[in-house]
Amino acid sequence: MPDPDVDVVVVGAGPAGAAAATVLARAGHSVILLERGPFAGSKNMYGGVVYPRILDQLHPQWWEDAPVQRWITRRSTMVLTDDQALTVDFRSERWGRPPFNGATAYRPDWDHWLAAKAQADGATLVCSTTATGLLREGGQVVGVTTDRPDGDLRAHVVIACDGVNSFLAKEAGMYGEVDAANYTVGVKETIALPKDVIDARFGVRGREGQDIEILGGTGGVNGGAFVYTNLDTLAVGCVLKLPKLSAQALRPEEIIDGLKRHPAIRPLVEDGEVKEYSAHVIPEAGLSMMPQMTGDGMLVAGDAAAMCLAAGIWLEGVNFAMASGMYAGEAAVEALAAGDASAAGLAGYERRLRDTFVLRDHRKLRRAPELVLSDRVQHLYPEMIANTVERMFRVDNPAPKPGLRRIFSDERRRAGVTLRDLARDALDGLRSFG
Amino acid sequence: MSTSAEAAHEHWPPQSFEDLIGTTRFDVHERAHITVDDTVCRGCPSRECIVACPAKLFVPTSDGGILFNYEQCFECGTCYLVCNREGAITWSYPEGGHGVVFKRS
Repeated sequence: MPDPDVDVVVVGAGPAGAAAATVLARAGHSVILLERGPFAGSKNMYGGVVYPRILDQLHPQWWEDAPVQRWITRRSTMVLTDDQALTVDFRSERWGRPPFNGATAYRPDWDHWLAAKAQADGATLVCSTTATGLLREGGQVVGVTTDRPDGDLRAHVVIACDGVNSFLAKEAGMYGEVDAANYTVGVKETIALPKDVIDARFGVRGREGQDIEILGGTGGVNGGAFVYTNLDTLAVGCVLKLPKLSAQALRPEEIIDGLKRHPAIRPLVEDGEVKEYSAHVIPEAGLSMMPQMTGDGMLVAGDAAAMCLAAGIWLEGVNFAMASGMYAGEAAVEALAAGDASAAGLAGYERRLRDTFVLRDHRKLRRAPELVLSDRVQHLYPEMIANTVERMFRVDNPAPKPGLRRIFSDERRRAGVTLRDLARDALDGLRSFG
Repeated sequence: MSTSAEAAHEHWPPQSFEDLIGTTRFDVHERAHITVDDTVCRGCPSRECIVACPAKLFVPTSDGGILFNYEQCFECGTCYLVCNREGAITWSYPEGGHGVVFKRS
């Protein structure tokens, strides 16, 4: 094999790629971080909340210069029907000071910042360059082709952090049949409002912010919705399960419009001006859709390895990307030291994933994505829950108060939920979240 | 009360899709990174792409075909994922540096 151009090519300068490149550069290896957009983060979009705890290991005191919009100090889960809303609202002042918990951030800011850190550690960031395929010798991946003239890049190891569509992992045969049912599309409006208006509407001050996750509000399409506070914008959007979308004949932007007009949401968002409309596909199905992650000369990390955690009460992804990138980088360092870039030499990657939250959380929550997007959770439970609470708080004088058990039993029947299905879902939920 | 509520409601007309997607930046390359062969689409019963594409790039024609324009594309992948006609959509990323550019703060 001819001498490689670099030790490692990392494809995609998102959170996974930047973390991998940082680890490799710090270990003294030559590493090229390829990015198809004009700058790191320019192609990347998400709902808006990142949980950066894992960065304590890679960039201690990361909060001192991280491009954060607001620190999440209010974490709310909302159930919407057409004309009802039930919100569970948790607030903690502790999350507004170091070491913090979650934050809203724009991905073009966040990813740019993380990639700049990789550069500062010695990685070479090459933007505006699309990796078009793999270079292979025998079964071994030995680099990538790009859309630059003479753009082949040879390396001992290729780390594919090329996002949810990962054509590199697919080309390497690491994905089985791709099933659209494993994906959702996230669409979002970034809506400008003055900071003091956001502070007043959401009951926050300074850099405090609120995260509202919503069950319902998606126009009958299976999925979920969200409202997040940035400094002087709101992120308002929804996540829609793909193959079911056309059944309702409602387009994504129409679903957001409906969400914004909901009586519980409109007072939060009205009079705002849309600054940006954006969309991205999300790997939603967790463990059951994950590809093979290690090949001869190749590792797959981040969304490319379907690492988003879409588990209803926990909706995470950037943290899984940063962690998996970091572990891919560590495994590549080991393989390079041993002079063995085969799958066996790179086995440290999956060992790290299995030993940490990355695969532990996904294994424990493997049933959660399907449960959360199931027809009962999506279409029957919101009304059952909202109607139960409405009757609980409704004063029906002169009729006496019915017991809560009676109300719930009535509403369960009215919603068409059998005890058996309820028990089964409760057990599934307990297995996942318990 | 109800009249003022109705007035407030009327005060918020739906945004046109052109205005909405006009907020997003696209650095369009001359080469189409996605092409649609609508001879394959004809007779497709679901035509999921028309509803699903968040950029509204798939437009049905009166004769049962699909009119597609790649220019304001999020490069998200929804269309090829929902498409159930093999060979209808040829999908790749745009040339490096082109296509959608999401905004920094």
